[in-house]
Amino acid sequence: MTGHIRPITAVAIIFFLVCAVAPLFVASWATLFALILAKGIVVLGIVLLLQAGQVSFGHAMFFAIGAYTAAFWSKYIGGGDILLFLALAGITSALFGLIVGLFVVRYREIFFGMLNLAFSMVLWSLLEKMFHYTNGADGIRVPRPPVLGYSFTPETFQYVILYMSLVIAVATFYGVQRYLDSPLGHMLRAIKSNETRLEYLGMSARRVLLVGYVISAFLGGIGGTLVAIIQQIATPEFGFWTKSGEFVFIAILGGGAHAFGAFAGAAMFECVRFYAAAHLADSWQLILGIVLIVIILYAPNGLIGLRQRYGQAKQGGH
Amino acid sequence: MAKVLLSAKGIEIRFGGVVAADGIDLDVLEGENLAIIGPNGAGKTTFLNVSTGYLRPRAGTVTFLGQNITAQLPRTITKLGIARAFQIPQLFLDQTVMENMLIAAASRRGHPSGFHALSSLPEVPEMERLLDLVGVKSYAERKARELPEGQRKLVDIALALALKPKLLLMDEPTSGVASSEKLEIMDILTSALAREKVTSVFVEHDMDMVERYAHRVAVWNVGKIQKVGTPAEVLADPKVREQVIGI
Repeated sequence: MTGHIRPITAVAIIFFLVCAVAPLFVASWATLFALILAKGIVVLGIVLLLQAGQVSFGHAMFFAIGAYTAAFWSKYIGGGDILLFLALAGITSALFGLIVGLFVVRYREIFFGMLNLAFSMVLWSLLEKMFHYTNGADGIRVPRPPVLGYSFTPETFQYVILYMSLVIAVATFYGVQRYLDSPLGHMLRAIKSNETRLEYLGMSARRVLLVGYVISAFLGGIGGTLVAIIQQIATPEFGFWTKSGEFVFIAILGGGAHAFGAFAGAAMFECVRFYAAAHLADSWQLILGIVLIVIILYAPNGLIGLRQRYGQAKQGGH
Repeated sequence: MAKVLLSAKGIEIRFGGVVAADGIDLDVLEGENLAIIGPNGAGKTTFLNVSTGYLRPRAGTVTFLGQNITAQLPRTITKLGIARAFQIPQLFLDQTVMENMLIAAASRRGHPSGFHALSSLPEVPEMERLLDLVGVKSYAERKARELPEGQRKLVDIALALALKPKLLLMDEPTSGVASSEKLEIMDILTSALAREKVTSVFVEHDMDMVERYAHRVAVWNVGKIQKVGTPAEVLADPKVREQVIGI
């Protein structure tokens, strides 16, 4: 059991080290890696729900809630601080996760996915239509916030946000791993294989799923704030269904069997987008489509699954 | 007279035109092993489903230690001290046998942690002993999915025992277990139940097992209880022999 996890943990450590060091040599990578890490944090939430066998097609709503928390503060109150934004985003997204969760945890599979989608589209419409408060489709600008009172130049700030994203990514990655290894995490996985038995052990499967859902909403909110700060804007598109689809896409790309799949997928996705967009302009989605087809055909368990497959082949295969 | 642990009164339930329970009255006494026998479709499993809250009866009440548990949720009833082993084992197939057991241990404790490792629970040795008791300790680190049916069945019983229930309901506990091992497992199981003072109700098709391990037998027939008595009385009844046992 632990024999499978340790090599992945090693890969994860190498990945986080690369994120820390590589941008010191190539400045344009700072923002790219910060985006990878921020999206990885969001996808961590998707991977978490995948453990229970549930796919949320509306998780961009928490991503948007995180982004707009920073945006609203900047627009209506002004000033602020990255740490304040992150704290507020964590609280609001978890709170929304709790409210939406009370409804969605009653459903499973396609109904779970679609109800999440419905909730996210309600939020998207509100952001789009309440023009006076949200600037509609134009979105709200998020000026570069200070950190603990210190303001930075754009050149320095890209490193500040990179390392902040890195610290949060490592912390949430560790936290999610601990959670998945804990009794509650094992119960979450038990929902996928046998909810009846879970109830007959005296546990409420809905409550177990609700805890997972709130954590996953929290991760979505944190990631959303980071992306809004990195891109200096929050738009309704943050909560649109294609964004939710993108997160699920990344989770499948990376593989849902392990928390690191979220970051492996995010790295692959953002790198393809970064380079394909530079060379192919409007047809970068085509490249992503081809990547997904290849993954589904040849590595149905995602990038993480590739490693496990190779590891098992080395052991003589099962 | 022994104390009544579980008491069913006037249970009625129908599935479309099929009468699965038609006025079932039954008392389960503390400390006994009660066998339920009867032809297929007589409503034996339905009785277990009603007693554990999985099905809501059209009429009638079930009380456990004097408390009305009719139509309560399975998890509420489980918490009161009724555990269940299933005819088709209900396990967490993607997790190891030990993880299955520890999930049960964490459920019994209540307020499961979201941060401390499952494998660090202090109940590990206790769960190992339980797996040893039902004879599947060597499978502890295997995924439940990899186990043969008979072994899954035993893990299912161990999961129910892990809850330290007052009453254990088992649906054909040894079906699927190799016949050479049946007696040995039931010997160990019944002596463990006696030692832990667990009352048991088990649905059984094998009359040898009923004769050997039941204190009392209830005979089900088309949603009704045809006869209740000691195994000797029941198995000697010509009507039961003809309609249920088929001799």
